[in-house]
Amino acid sequence: MQARLIAAAVGLAAVVLGATGPAQAGKDLDAVKARGMVNCGVGTGTAGYMIADSQGKWRGLSVDVCRAVSAAIFGDSEKVRYIPLTSQQRFTALQSGEVDMTMGNATYTLTRDTALGFDFTGVYYYDGQGFLVPKKLGVKSAKELNGATICVAPGTTTELNLADYFRTNKMTFKPVVIEKVDEIRAAFFSGRCDVYTTDASSLAATRAANVPPPQTIDDYMILPEIISKEPLGPVVRHGDNQFADIVRWALYAMIEAEEYGITSKNVDEMLKSENPSIKRILGVTPGMGKALGVDEKWVYNIVKQVGNYGESFDRNVGMGSPLKIARGQNALWTQGGLQYAPPIR
Amino acid sequence: MAVESLGSAPRRTRVAPWNDPVIRGWVFQIVVVSLVGLLAWYLVSNTMENLARQKIASGFHYLEREAGFEIGDTMIEYSPASTYARAIWVGILNTLRVAVLGIILATVLGTVIGVGRLSPNWLLSRICEWYVEAFRNVPLLLWLFLFYKLISEAFPGPRQAISMLWNSVFLSNRGVYFPVPMADPIHQWMGLAFLVGIAAAFFINRWAKQRQATTGQPFPIMSTALGVIIGLPFMVWLLGGAPSHMSWPELKGFNFVGGTVIQPEFTALLVGLVLYTSAFVAEIVRSGILALHKGQSEAAAALGLSRGQSMRLVLLPQALRVIVPPMTSQYLNITKNSSLAIAIGYPDLVASVNVTINQTGQAIENILIIMAAYLSVSLSISAFMNWYNKRIALRER
Repeated sequence: MQARLIAAAVGLAAVVLGATGPAQAGKDLDAVKARGMVNCGVGTGTAGYMIADSQGKWRGLSVDVCRAVSAAIFGDSEKVRYIPLTSQQRFTALQSGEVDMTMGNATYTLTRDTALGFDFTGVYYYDGQGFLVPKKLGVKSAKELNGATICVAPGTTTELNLADYFRTNKMTFKPVVIEKVDEIRAAFFSGRCDVYTTDASSLAATRAANVPPPQTIDDYMILPEIISKEPLGPVVRHGDNQFADIVRWALYAMIEAEEYGITSKNVDEMLKSENPSIKRILGVTPGMGKALGVDEKWVYNIVKQVGNYGESFDRNVGMGSPLKIARGQNALWTQGGLQYAPPIR
Repeated sequence: MAVESLGSAPRRTRVAPWNDPVIRGWVFQIVVVSLVGLLAWYLVSNTMENLARQKIASGFHYLEREAGFEIGDTMIEYSPASTYARAIWVGILNTLRVAVLGIILATVLGTVIGVGRLSPNWLLSRICEWYVEAFRNVPLLLWLFLFYKLISEAFPGPRQAISMLWNSVFLSNRGVYFPVPMADPIHQWMGLAFLVGIAAAFFINRWAKQRQATTGQPFPIMSTALGVIIGLPFMVWLLGGAPSHMSWPELKGFNFVGGTVIQPEFTALLVGLVLYTSAFVAEIVRSGILALHKGQSEAAAALGLSRGQSMRLVLLPQALRVIVPPMTSQYLNITKNSSLAIAIGYPDLVASVNVTINQTGQAIENILIIMAAYLSVSLSISAFMNWYNKRIALRER
């Protein structure tokens, strides 16, 4: 308890003692600028989304959004301090100001957007909850899971959807609820649970990266049912609208860049483009940066250093990665997906 | 002269009010109290203001809302449709269950080990010494992880469960499944008979002590008490027609159905807490016994008491006076350390409340609930132990 309550306790102390709350307009952005760093809360380790590599450098699709925010504010995508938080710590850490934003695979819901005092600024990944099972269990559908023991992380929408799904289908289950994601996976792979449930993206990551030898990736399968909508978004505190705007548009800039074919490779040539939209996006025609309160070259910096959304997706979780997740719902709207950024103008 | 001055009140020398110790005492106390009050007011109002500004919900209304999450190990009826209040109550009961069992088992085991360390048998005392050193010098959290891993890795899955006692008890990484009697109204009466048995044993004990004090005749208290405590419920059961329908565990689908189960998380937590704390208890017991003058055991031996008798009748009762106060701390430690359950997924109070914090975002209210719960449990234990300590204190005549 000690270690895990410290985050909450520190957070509470900040809420209780803080003479000036962290919620006045501009406060968060001012603090970020004064610090010279964005404090970005991430999960404790999901391959492809947020994981520290062998050099201790954080990589992944979620991490790239933190980097984009840093690039927009500082012109440098590396001015980020990553703070690994469990599913239970992330919201208290954000409420209390320990982090400026979280990219911890948090699902956008009404309660979180309102009563918790947060704003979701967009959706960087359209996910859904699935079930990972060992093939030797002989199960082909989630409807056959009556009576199963299921490993799940506490304090997540996953935990609630699971209870809802089994109630709806008049089935019962026994949860095994462990906070640290490594411990949950260990419990699942040792056979303590029949099923591991979380977002399908994380299941794919777990299956690709965490199966302990001598078992292999082929001993496990993800059931076809996706039982929920899990739009994952960047989260900021209520109160500093300008900072929220920057986080919102940093993500949109990545999506918009993909739509206009601006990549980290061709961004320098694109500066010479005659297309008025591209000129506006890249700050050749000034105005957008000023409106957002950042440098005019903010999108240029994001794309040059982080890449556009499609590049980040492919590199981290898509076909260019071990996870090999198809774009699916996360394709651009022009290609039948849901990723749609409002115009930068 | 002398008589006169006895009757009159002592004259107070006149001093300025700021030099009067009585007035000064009052002033200081008022200042301190109002400073503390001011600080509390500042903290509360500042918190409320910050919460309101960040538009974070506050108040305890959420307790009535539907919790929506499932809990794996409950002592009372609970489903995702129950309220947050009930989910937290489930957690409190789970904490109490592991704490109470842990306290009882750690006391018994610790006393055995502590007495064992004083044994003249070289091997026995060395084993007890190693036990103490091993368990108290490694952090409890590591023991918990070890026991949990041992259970979940070493035991087979439910389909290959180890069956024992003619297929009635099953061991697997899902826990120990064993048969239980089907619910029957007779059980309530048996419970009542059990309580009556305990009361009867208490009075028999008192009578037997009195008789021994007056006539010197000993009485087999232990066996009689056990007989009464077990015998009475058994007789009630026979009178009630001896209903013997059992619920047997059987493999159905993924898991065993029927019977009852002790889950691995609970087992790992209880075993970890008991082994760890018993090492400390053993040292307390040993120190309590060693604190006695050597003459006590020599006198007991001179009276012809056996080693066991002198330990039970002469040494331990006196040692208790030294043992009880530090023992209270150990009992409190068990209760509070049970919150390490979070690491291995036992659904205790902290687990329930943490999930509630996460779903509702109301950290302050929920942490107040945790603190209130642990505080009341701990204060109850302290109060009981203080009462017991007073009872066994040396009465000087």
